[in-house]
Amino acid sequence: MYVAVKGGETAIRNAHRLLADERRGDRSVPDITLSQISEQLALAVDRVMAEGSLYDRDLAALAVKQARGDLIEAIFLIRAYRTTLPRFGASEPVDTAAMRIRRRISATYKDLPGGQLLGPTFDYTHRLLEPSLADGNEPPEPETGVATGEAVPRVTDLLGTEGLIEPDPQADPDAEIRDLTREPLEFPADRSLRLQALARGDEGFLLALGYSTQRGYARSHPFVGEIRIGEVEVEVFAEELGFSVPIGRITATECQMVNQFKGSAKAPPQFTRGYGLVFGQSERKAMSMALVERALRWEELGEEQTAPAQDEEFVLSHADNIRATGFVEHLKLPHYVDFQAELELVRRMHAEAKTGDETDGTPRQEAAE
Amino acid sequence: MTERDTSSLPSPSWGGAGGGARSERPRAERKGDAVRPAAPTAPSPTLPHEGGGSGHADTAYNFAYLDEQTKRMIRRAILKGIAIPGYQVPFASREMPMPYGWGTGGVQVTAAILGPDDTLKVIDQGSDDTTNAVAIRGFFARTAGVTTTTSTQDATVIQTRHRIPERTLTENQVLVFQVPIPEPLRFLEPRETETRKMHALEEYGIMHVKLYEDIARHGHIATTYAYPVLVDGRYVMDPSPIPKFDNPKMNRSDALMLFGAGREQRIYAIPPHTDVKSLDFEDHPFEVQRFEEPCALCGSTGVYLDEIVTDDKGGRMFVCSDSDLCEEQRAGQPVDA
Repeated sequence: MYVAVKGGETAIRNAHRLLADERRGDRSVPDITLSQISEQLALAVDRVMAEGSLYDRDLAALAVKQARGDLIEAIFLIRAYRTTLPRFGASEPVDTAAMRIRRRISATYKDLPGGQLLGPTFDYTHRLLEPSLADGNEPPEPETGVATGEAVPRVTDLLGTEGLIEPDPQADPDAEIRDLTREPLEFPADRSLRLQALARGDEGFLLALGYSTQRGYARSHPFVGEIRIGEVEVEVFAEELGFSVPIGRITATECQMVNQFKGSAKAPPQFTRGYGLVFGQSERKAMSMALVERALRWEELGEEQTAPAQDEEFVLSHADNIRATGFVEHLKLPHYVDFQAELELVRRMHAEAKTGDETDGTPRQEAAE
Repeated sequence: MTERDTSSLPSPSWGGAGGGARSERPRAERKGDAVRPAAPTAPSPTLPHEGGGSGHADTAYNFAYLDEQTKRMIRRAILKGIAIPGYQVPFASREMPMPYGWGTGGVQVTAAILGPDDTLKVIDQGSDDTTNAVAIRGFFARTAGVTTTTSTQDATVIQTRHRIPERTLTENQVLVFQVPIPEPLRFLEPRETETRKMHALEEYGIMHVKLYEDIARHGHIATTYAYPVLVDGRYVMDPSPIPKFDNPKMNRSDALMLFGAGREQRIYAIPPHTDVKSLDFEDHPFEVQRFEEPCALCGSTGVYLDEIVTDDKGGRMFVCSDSDLCEEQRAGQPVDA
């Protein structure tokens, strides 16, 4: 029987209390610490920082814990917190050529200045479950070597000196740096806004779109010019001092795709660029971002638009997983009122169709038929 | 790695938008966080809404959660919306501590217009007791400490999802709608770049064609909620997914109506006493839903009803969607619905 829906407040409170209990899990198992998450689930923390657009390992680890390992929920927690922080300004462009390298590979040159450095990678691991990990066995200490101090120039810079790749467009130093989080996104978006949107975009969405370009939906003939992971210094220009001062280091992954390009009415034959830069260690995201970024540049390069990955409005409007999850999940909110309106219409149309049958023996004919 | 004391996060209240952050004074000082730079302090305009309200606001947050710079930005968008009735004003929607699609636009509009003396009512599907309405009401009770009510006539600000209250609103009231998709042309033309042009050129032919095709195919306009309206003879507007039953309540309303779409970053408005016409044709005039029976609980007629399934044998009962109206009727109070 109908019971007036009352007491929502108590129900919500109790649901959240139960959630907190479930989050804790079996209380005979030790509570996981933030440093355990930050150290041992480091890539989850990286993803939360990248898509949360906030470089703070401790807060990201807290978010992962609070979200019970649901990374999109964790990203949401970080975003909601981030939006309350003041924005003091923008940093100077990060110099990735001066990155303190942990991993650096190029698929275009066998050897190159600075060398190929595999670093910590899943590549070439045999994907066999490792039973000894379940027993908590400690791995051996890593091998170490002596840093050579050799410069590690970017592959695209090496190509650039030969004039084989399009020049990296230089930003106007006097132009105000726009901020996707402080102004509504309007189309067409400039490249910097596109890159901002992709950098915080959902890894899975960009992965699928990047993949689609490889399968012929706006194929861009990509080569991994280079992927590098390591620490870069972040500097801000101090007005009072008149020069830039470092404020800290972040770990970042940069991917520079080098794409074949046969030339068009707008641009000569040359290699073109697709760029990806992500907080923390995430090659999958950086590579996907670079593929999609390149696909989005069809107009300036005079290419034809044929595929979803090239469609700026489609890509940028749907890349944000916090918006996407909110709107998809809002469908579980009550919709009694709209549903009632539809029920009434369908019943009325059924009744009319029935009346029509009775009067002339033929079903109502649709106008389109 | 050293573990930081994350129990004392920097207070969100010292946040500000853009460069304006510098002029905001922190409301509650942060405790023991060595990582972040000290909050700038000067110049320091007095924050409005200090104290006030009947309840006790959580002082870790600025009044009504949003910082004053953000509220000013939203108010500018609201004022522009009021100046151009029915026009969708882009605004830099913030990421709120509730999901997109759950009323972030409405919450931001409410936060921007709420004062300490306001009395807030929040409804979802016409009811004060649906979970999302409860959550949003709780949010403002906590962050603004304003008086909340379930009574339509006592409220000065009413935030709503999917309904307009049955009781006629007055010039002392503001109705704030939560809007999922602000663009009435969206399902006919998915591209924002195109629909903005269509609005600019007042090119609404495709909407009329859509309504005409409904009539040709079904004998009716098959839109039952989010029924498009023409505002002040100029802009076609989505009234949010209210049933078309509620559309006539917008026409020349005494109350200001504000619409917030957070995810889509749009605000629009219907100023008081503005003409709002539901789109129709001379030979197929606009009609609202009619219910054959009165509310099974209070006996009201001419109000919107929810259908309640009472058993698995086809048993149904119809009760008021507006729960406040229903309760008042049952309590025997006179209502001029």
